[in-house]
Amino acid sequence: MWAWFHKLSSPKYYYEWSGKWLPWLGGLTILLSAIGLYWGLVVAPTDYQQGESYRIIFIHVPAAWMSMFVYMVMASAGFVALVWKTKISEIVVSECAVIGAVFTAIALVTGMLWGKPTWGTYWTWDARLTSELILLFLYFGVIAIYSSIEDKRVAAKAASMLSIVGVINIPIIHYSVTWWNSLHQPNMEIISDKPSMDPSMLYPLLIMAIAFKVYFVWVLFMRIRNEIISRERATKWVKELVTAS
Amino acid sequence: MLSALLTIIRRDLLVAFRRRAELMNPILFYVIVVTLFPLGVSPDQEFLSQLAPGVVWVTALLAALISMESIFRQDFDDGSVEQLFLSQHPPTILILGKVIAHWLITGLPMLVIVPLMALLLYIPQQAIPTLFITVLIGTPILSLIGAIGVALTAGLRGGGVLLGLLVLPLYIPVLIFASGAVSAAIEGLPYSGHVAMLGAGLILALILSPLAISASLKISMS
Repeated sequence: MWAWFHKLSSPKYYYEWSGKWLPWLGGLTILLSAIGLYWGLVVAPTDYQQGESYRIIFIHVPAAWMSMFVYMVMASAGFVALVWKTKISEIVVSECAVIGAVFTAIALVTGMLWGKPTWGTYWTWDARLTSELILLFLYFGVIAIYSSIEDKRVAAKAASMLSIVGVINIPIIHYSVTWWNSLHQPNMEIISDKPSMDPSMLYPLLIMAIAFKVYFVWVLFMRIRNEIISRERATKWVKELVTAS
Repeated sequence: MLSALLTIIRRDLLVAFRRRAELMNPILFYVIVVTLFPLGVSPDQEFLSQLAPGVVWVTALLAALISMESIFRQDFDDGSVEQLFLSQHPPTILILGKVIAHWLITGLPMLVIVPLMALLLYIPQQAIPTLFITVLIGTPILSLIGAIGVALTAGLRGGGVLLGLLVLPLYIPVLIFASGAVSAAIEGLPYSGHVAMLGAGLILALILSPLAISASLKISMS
């Protein structure tokens, strides 16, 4: 098992191994999102309170879940990168930062679009919205430090360090923002967590959540492969790969 | 080990006092930025006193940020930082000494200047002791977190703007609890919860950030 992980951390082996997975991941993403979107957007009943506009949750909620999940993946990979100094985990950190920032941005934008018809405003300084925005800033920080250090291996280590510091801070930021909000605006009109969600809406949502996860792995694999090729372009195996194709 | 810590603090203070003119800069920056708010928003007394807890703390974050650069910059360029790691003492202790010295230079004057500027913004008198306490507990956290960012960007040219991008989101909890405590004190509400959270944050930062700073410095030196 450990020997396999060790092998996986070599760029060449990883490139070959991940290549086999790509069609499966891509196919599964398309299949799951087709089912989830059809079920969610067409089959699922209209919400009696929010009307049709609630249907954006089939994108919004999975994206919001992913925004946190990707940060955890990034910080874990950062830890591995700092402790075992494997090349692949360094690449995972820098690629996760970009993907995670996009998920966070999608969650924010879809949330705003949903907020306009439901709350009557695109933006409120609600605790969740604010902590999601701060999460986006943290992603920007990781991307910024990665892109401003020229030596990419040093850059990845610095980005790993920052993501680990961020992961300790995320719960603190989250709770501080929650308390801040509850102290200042206690009676804002916010729809709390749906106490019970009807299965006809819950199942498509879960399918979409899985689809987003698979999509993340798919895109991550493709981005890592891309980065491997670009970093290892001087090596023999990449040259052979290019001339062979 | 304690003597090594004290030596580092004394050395950094000595270096700072040799360039006395620079000591005033963060303080002047603070005074000027706070002055901008009545000019830019409104000189109305009631309005300003509502704004005051936020303004004095947001400005304190900015002042901490701009003064942060000096903690490692010069030592990094002349190689003193590498000597810290070659020393027989654990680098975390020596780094903690550097952060303490930096706080004594930049954070300690804030204890005087923040409540003074808060009075200019018509903050009610009863909130001044609370403000003083939050500055006393809050600014060391700013120094400890900021030093991580400086350590990560030490090898870079023009890391100033980048530093803000990295560090300001991490400063948010300090801002929330500190200005929250002052706001609560103005309204006569209990504020000990906020101060306790700040204290917990300080302890956490004291324990963890020297480790993060030393790891970051090692990355920057590689």
